[in-house]
Amino acid sequence: MMGFQIVLLWSDILIWLLVAAGVGLGVLIVRTPPLLSAWRNVGANRVGMASATVLLAFVLIGLLDSLHYRVALEGKPGQKTQYAVEVLSVLDALVTPLRTRNEKTYSEPFATRLYAKETVDVPGQGTVREYPRLKYGGKHLAEREDEVAADAGFTAFRAGVLAFLGWLAVAGIVSGVVGHGEAPGTGWRRIWRGETAFAWDAVLVTLALMLLVAVPLFWLSGQYHVFGTDKVGQDVLYQILKSVRTGLIIGLVTTLVMLPMAVLLGIVAGYYRGWVDDVIQYIYTVLNSIPGVLLIAAAVLMMQVVIDTHPQWFSTAAERADLRLLALCFILGITSWTGLCRLLRGETLKLRELEYIQAAQTFGVSSWRIIIRHILPNLMHIVIIALVMDFSGLVLAEAVLSYVGIGVDPTMTSFGTMINNARMELGREPVVWWSLTAAFAAMFILVLAANLFADAVRDAFDPRAA
Amino acid sequence: MMLTVDRLRLGFAAGKRVLAAVDGISFSIAKGETFALLGESGCGKSVTAQGIMRLLPPAGRVLGGSVSMEGQSLLTLPEADMRAWRGGRMAMIFQEPATSLNPVLTVGQQIGEVLERHLGMTGAAATGRMVELLRQVGIADPERRLNEYPFQFSGGMKQRVMIAIALAGEPELLIADEPTTALDVTVQAQILDLLVRLQAERGMAILLITHDLGVVARMAHRIGVMYAGELVEVASREAFFSQPRHPYTQALFKALPDMSRRGQRLTTIPGQVPSLAAMPAGCRFAERCARVMPVCREQSPVWRDEQSHAVRCHWRDAGVDADAAGGGHEITDLSVSAGKEFLRVADLKVHFPIRKGLLQRTVGHVRAVDGLSLAILPGRTLALVGESGCGKTTVGKALLQLIPPTEGSVLLGGQPLVGLRGARLRSARRHMQMIFQDPFASLNPRLRVGEIIAEGMDALAVVGDARSRRETMAALLTQVGLPEEAIDRYPHEFSGGQRQRIAVARALAVQPSLLICDEPTSALDVSVQAQILNLLKKLQSELGVAYLFITHNFAVVEYLAHDIAVMYLGRIVERGRAEEVLRTPKHPYTQALLSAIPLPRLEGATAVIRLSGETPSPANPPSGCHFHPRCPHAMDVCRSRYPEPVDVTATQRVSCHLLP
Repeated sequence: MMGFQIVLLWSDILIWLLVAAGVGLGVLIVRTPPLLSAWRNVGANRVGMASATVLLAFVLIGLLDSLHYRVALEGKPGQKTQYAVEVLSVLDALVTPLRTRNEKTYSEPFATRLYAKETVDVPGQGTVREYPRLKYGGKHLAEREDEVAADAGFTAFRAGVLAFLGWLAVAGIVSGVVGHGEAPGTGWRRIWRGETAFAWDAVLVTLALMLLVAVPLFWLSGQYHVFGTDKVGQDVLYQILKSVRTGLIIGLVTTLVMLPMAVLLGIVAGYYRGWVDDVIQYIYTVLNSIPGVLLIAAAVLMMQVVIDTHPQWFSTAAERADLRLLALCFILGITSWTGLCRLLRGETLKLRELEYIQAAQTFGVSSWRIIIRHILPNLMHIVIIALVMDFSGLVLAEAVLSYVGIGVDPTMTSFGTMINNARMELGREPVVWWSLTAAFAAMFILVLAANLFADAVRDAFDPRAA
Repeated sequence: MMLTVDRLRLGFAAGKRVLAAVDGISFSIAKGETFALLGESGCGKSVTAQGIMRLLPPAGRVLGGSVSMEGQSLLTLPEADMRAWRGGRMAMIFQEPATSLNPVLTVGQQIGEVLERHLGMTGAAATGRMVELLRQVGIADPERRLNEYPFQFSGGMKQRVMIAIALAGEPELLIADEPTTALDVTVQAQILDLLVRLQAERGMAILLITHDLGVVARMAHRIGVMYAGELVEVASREAFFSQPRHPYTQALFKALPDMSRRGQRLTTIPGQVPSLAAMPAGCRFAERCARVMPVCREQSPVWRDEQSHAVRCHWRDAGVDADAAGGGHEITDLSVSAGKEFLRVADLKVHFPIRKGLLQRTVGHVRAVDGLSLAILPGRTLALVGESGCGKTTVGKALLQLIPPTEGSVLLGGQPLVGLRGARLRSARRHMQMIFQDPFASLNPRLRVGEIIAEGMDALAVVGDARSRRETMAALLTQVGLPEEAIDRYPHEFSGGQRQRIAVARALAVQPSLLICDEPTSALDVSVQAQILNLLKKLQSELGVAYLFITHNFAVVEYLAHDIAVMYLGRIVERGRAEEVLRTPKHPYTQALLSAIPLPRLEGATAVIRLSGETPSPANPPSGCHFHPRCPHAMDVCRSRYPEPVDVTATQRVSCHLLP
């Protein structure tokens, strides 16, 4: 048993705080009937629940990737234990084969040989230029390289059957819970006739699809590079998995930065009006008229200088990259609060004229109490809608910024850096397409799921849609 | 018969179910006839109109029955053909003139659209026709106004334009969906006159949809009463007003507040209209009916037709007002002696600055309240009456210091209120509370009823520990006629009338001596209005609380008020005891206002005084007496000087040059 040391990165702390806040919010929702009934509407929305299932899978990957540790190095007994410089996460441990089995350079998905010819010394034939065999991809096939399709197909089929059995077990448990205390089979029937309050049918169908894709994929990834390898021979599937956390942090932590500012300033501007409103409006008008990318570039580059001049602050490279990621979240938050603030100001202007606010004023309730008790709860639907809508926008913004080179640290895997690296190879012949395609597909699924979920949330919370 | 509706059933899709909102109604309208569909909110009368026009909302479904006009079945027509009928053969005017015109098109373009579609008229011919139409609906200088936008018209003028658009296609049937509900009484009288005149000229049929018995009495030839999606009584005007037969109709009449019922309890209809999802199997009114019999709950009654007076009821007694006073217990009218003044307002002014330009310089003032004096005595009700825009709501808010007054003084028991701040203002507010117009906007939807009521008690630190507080709240809820369990429920679980009761309980929680009621019943149905008025009256006799009742509804005033002050453009033009002002109004405005109210009786109003035009803008009031441009008795002196108030009797005071 090797010793290890738990590493808490700043972003880990924030993401787990967010999870705690999410749980707290859940408890609050259960206790507040109007909120609960709105979320029940989300739960009844089939598309919403299907996308929530997909999102949940992404979040799970992200959370597993947010538990970091350093492995203890083997040392002489009696000596102080030394830890590896490399910071690993639980996800890394789970997919160790993916992380460690690196090829020399590019290889296609399911390939057994490299993508580029190399000069090899063959005993008896001198030097030959050929596609060298991969170290790991399709190793078990040995000489039977032409059987890749059959082998992979058979493995996928076996894994698929297993996935289906697993799904049946899950579906059985769910239908047991749904039809609890009734005749056996009622739960199953109720689910598939769409008679349940919660859209279980959508969740189960999505789950089936996900299992049927994911289980064979991971099974095969033990023998092949299912999404190919990149320039330095790293498995693309592994990069995708690592990118999820970066995307989630950008999407979530940024909203955490922006939310207090937008809510506080928006409500204060709308409620007090007068010069307070003027000042806040000037601030966000000015902020809005500076080109966002320029502001972000300046801030990120400044942060990079600070990081570079203080190497003593960081014991590992991961901590450096992490700080830069947080800095990016912060600056994205500062540039993106204005939209929500404007919305909330307008809504507050409307609310403050409502009669229940005036009734509170005739009782002499203090302004802050009115804001907290009467205005804020009646704005929550806008905040929730804005949060889920912004999430996908921010994930995309990260990709764009990393592509331009002012995003996350180059050593950190993210959808943006993957696309940026793949960009160079689009011009070569034959083209290296898998890295870009895989990153694009993964990001597309994440953002699409987030958008569909946001739609469902908006439908449930928007009073005008009812 | 021109329009025949036969067993029409309309419903709304809710999830996988379709709920019938209109359940098998049949009626017909002849040429030149006005048929009124009368009913309370949610009874399906507007859906019926939409169904006839085939303009149901997306969730709406036609479940059965037929609508035919001039022998042509409308429900089976292809949509393309239907468009020729809509606007061409039948037209509709809506309740809210402010939203039924497109604000970015000129009036001329909006009328021209109909002319082009249905009559193929363009160019000069169309312009000529438009001018003629505007003249017909009584708009002066139509050539110029054709090129103006809706915002340049007042509310009543917009409704006239809407009528002109409806008439442009030369329809044979006009559907008017609450055409005057959003308008003031004097303007309502103008619009109703206009409709009657146009009908006489063109021989149009009118389907009038309304909840107002007064409008029905003024307009209708025949009347159909709707309840919970069904017609329950169809009768000619004479039969309907002389002898209403259905218990529901009878209860509606008895629930109307009126001078003759002062001091009595109004009859109320208990309970609520059943929801669409849970319609009872038998008679739908059974649960609320005073004459309910066992058979009512089992079997839906069939039509009984006697001399063009059809009624759908098991109860056969024709008894007219058999229990005119039976339903109500007499409440002894408080003969409150004119004691010490509780609240005295002197020369109150509230001016809102109009700011313009880059530097927001003040270029003028909206004189919402302009020199108003009044006094409120403990335990009495002062009604502040006036049309919209006269500043009556602003008065209420200025009294509570929600809007800082520009000038003048408000004395509460001898203590000046204006300029008070912080804790002292808070303690002064304890004596005055407000009840608002819209019970749906005046309760925070996210708070429980208990929290809503406790808010005032917390802010003004009325009671201490949690248990006694809960007891106090329970007592308050019982007092306003709500069950104790309401404490833990949310406002959305209550109906409009119940919500208004919660609002009353909230105000009473701090034991005020004065309640300012800002149109507390105008958003409610007649039967519910009666409940709230009874409650207010009961509370006054029990607690001796004084009311400042801000309203435009004279029926309510007649029923409830001890004193009346009539407001016009920020000033009180006449005030006095209720009997004096109502029986012998001295100011021409009061006289016109009183005569313009459509009465829910056969004899109707005698010698109606018609006021021309509408209330001028308070930003730019007319010189001299504010009322002179509309006054039938205007003299030269009226144009130059505002009249000083004259005491007619010890209590009645009028500002008019006509009085010596």
